[in-house]
Amino acid sequence: MNMLEIDNLHVTVDGKEILKGITLSVPAGEVHAVMGPNGSGKSTLSYTLAGREGYEISGGRIFYQGEDLTKLLPEERAAKGMFLALQYPVEIPGVVTLTFLKTALNAQRRARGEPELDAMRVLRLVREKATALKIPEDMLKRPLNAGFSGGEKKRMEILQMALFEPRLAILDETDSGLDIDALKLVAEGVNALREPNRAMVVITHYQRLLSYIVPDRVHVLAGGRIVKSGGADLALELENSGYEGVVEAA
Amino acid sequence: MGAVLETTERVADLAGEKYKYGFVTDIEMERAERGLNEDIVRFISAKKHEPEWMLEWRLEAFRRWKEMTEPNWARVHYPPIDYQNAYYYAAPKSQAERPKNLDEVDPKLLETYKKLGIPLSEQKLLAGVAVDAVFDSVSVATTFKAKLTEAGVIFCPISEAIRDYPDLVRKYLGTVVPVTDNFFATLNSAVFSDGTFVYVPKHVRCPMELSTYFRINASETGQFERTLIIADEGSFVSYLEGCTAPKRDENQLHAAVVELVALENAEIKYSTVQNWYPGDEEGKGGIYNFVTKRGDCRGRASKISWTQVETGSGITWKYPSCILRGDDAVGEFYSIAITNNYQQADTGTKMIHLGKNTRSRIVSKGISAGRAQNTYRGLVSINARAENARNHTQCDSLLIGARCGAHTVPYIESRNPSAKVEHEATTSKISDDQLFYCLARGFPKEEAVALIVNGFCREVLQQLPMEFAVEAQKLVGISLEGSVG
Repeated sequence: MNMLEIDNLHVTVDGKEILKGITLSVPAGEVHAVMGPNGSGKSTLSYTLAGREGYEISGGRIFYQGEDLTKLLPEERAAKGMFLALQYPVEIPGVVTLTFLKTALNAQRRARGEPELDAMRVLRLVREKATALKIPEDMLKRPLNAGFSGGEKKRMEILQMALFEPRLAILDETDSGLDIDALKLVAEGVNALREPNRAMVVITHYQRLLSYIVPDRVHVLAGGRIVKSGGADLALELENSGYEGVVEAA
Repeated sequence: MGAVLETTERVADLAGEKYKYGFVTDIEMERAERGLNEDIVRFISAKKHEPEWMLEWRLEAFRRWKEMTEPNWARVHYPPIDYQNAYYYAAPKSQAERPKNLDEVDPKLLETYKKLGIPLSEQKLLAGVAVDAVFDSVSVATTFKAKLTEAGVIFCPISEAIRDYPDLVRKYLGTVVPVTDNFFATLNSAVFSDGTFVYVPKHVRCPMELSTYFRINASETGQFERTLIIADEGSFVSYLEGCTAPKRDENQLHAAVVELVALENAEIKYSTVQNWYPGDEEGKGGIYNFVTKRGDCRGRASKISWTQVETGSGITWKYPSCILRGDDAVGEFYSIAITNNYQQADTGTKMIHLGKNTRSRIVSKGISAGRAQNTYRGLVSINARAENARNHTQCDSLLIGARCGAHTVPYIESRNPSAKVEHEATTSKISDDQLFYCLARGFPKEEAVALIVNGFCREVLQQLPMEFAVEAQKLVGISLEGSVG
């Protein structure tokens, strides 16, 4: 079954059409990379998938596990198992990370009709996942993302992904602003979450992340359209000939 | 002249006699007639079985009040109040007049109780349901009282203190907020209904948090509440006023006075959660909360700390202040003021540094949503002899939506060159990015706003006693319901 199916998606932001007919299928168990130059519509795609206000679907549809997502609110999508790791994780001053994680997890569980987890249970879960990502205990006690370094913020996103166990994860430029050590750590975290009933869409500008998270498919986004799709090799091709070469050839 | 007035006069006569003989007799009138005059003041005093000196005190206040005019410098707007068209005394409702059970209580109120997680028995208490025999508040109150008595702490309605501890009351009442302090305080002095009296003896650490909550049923304090707390040398007391649950209230005007006295090395921590009726979405019918609260750090190295969470009332006019008289005294003010819809708040503090090495700290968090107006107004005053006085003020405003307002009016007066006064202020909005981030993590919109606002208020919430803090966090969310589209 396709975890994600995008059918001729058109998206308008502030009256301007940014996505001009995207069609894309991501089956369960696969990792797909969406690559593209600046301004190609990468972030618009990720925000639209997450249901952000202001990203108006002017045509086409999005299906998640066969269900039409178009009308669902962001929080409903989250509860159904979609996750977006943001390019720029937001600081929430005064909200302790652990509290945020616990309330978010329980909000999702409540929406699914599952019992909420008590503080101790959540703490154990979070600690276990944090250790794998080398997130120190002290970071969990600080307000979410406030004063975190770029690498810490991205690791925090992956920690959330590990905690919420989504069926479909969209990683928006998770590699941006990371040095090579941080990049490896994040990639390991992501790879550990690859499994047969989970799909991932990795959105990136550069090939280097894809050396660590090897995708099943690579799609090239340019001018609001997917102009080329291929295997993992396509990423390398892009690295060598640049976006212009690939876009022109397409 | 109606029968009501006749009765009032008769009652006043009876009351006069009663003073002469010191008898306590039942006065049948449930309510004083409309309006305010000396007879009404006498009537109230008689109802409370007060001694002569108290009546004189009230009458003096009333005479002064007649000469005063209502202040209009605050950034709040309301139609003129007709003080002669209000009632100044109403007896607590009898059991028969109260709702018989929760089915007779406004479902909206019950909904809020549910959100706050208030147990059923307490819901009944709060909603004013006639108390049934199995209700266990009596036993709770009794255990509580025994513990306090053992420690020598006096904690009782102020009407009782006036009768039972007249020396203490006379020594301190009106010494922090003088009878003529301001229009509303003077009005309160003339007609105060009831309130709380606390005395903590020397070197006693009050064994528990004192809360009005424990005597919520003992007496309805009404609209002109009067509180007097004295912490004797080396003592400590933490006092909680109000509760997070909304209470039914038929009086629109509330003018309370709170006086705190901390003697040498004593500490008073005073926490308030105010959640009175804020009015409807159009701003109709909210409570006018015009309060005078002041603490006097009278002794050396004494400390008074105010923490307030103000979410209710249509209009709030309130400046809990500290007079730092003793050397090395410390004053603190931690405030959260939330206004939504058409609510107006003009609130802040005054830190009056008189003693040497006195320190004060102000943390104010104002949150404005809907079409509300939220003003921080504060004064830091350093007297010429207050060597090495220190103040730090932090004043943060958060706006939700585009139609509300936040205003900051800080006054700083320093007459001593050694003083250090710092003021920091920020104004911010909940950003779309923050909101979307929370939504994408599964928070419904209102929960997301509540979470972000609670984070914004964290420094102040941390000052609240534990059991209050949890409820206050929920209250923050509830107060902002409907503030985001």
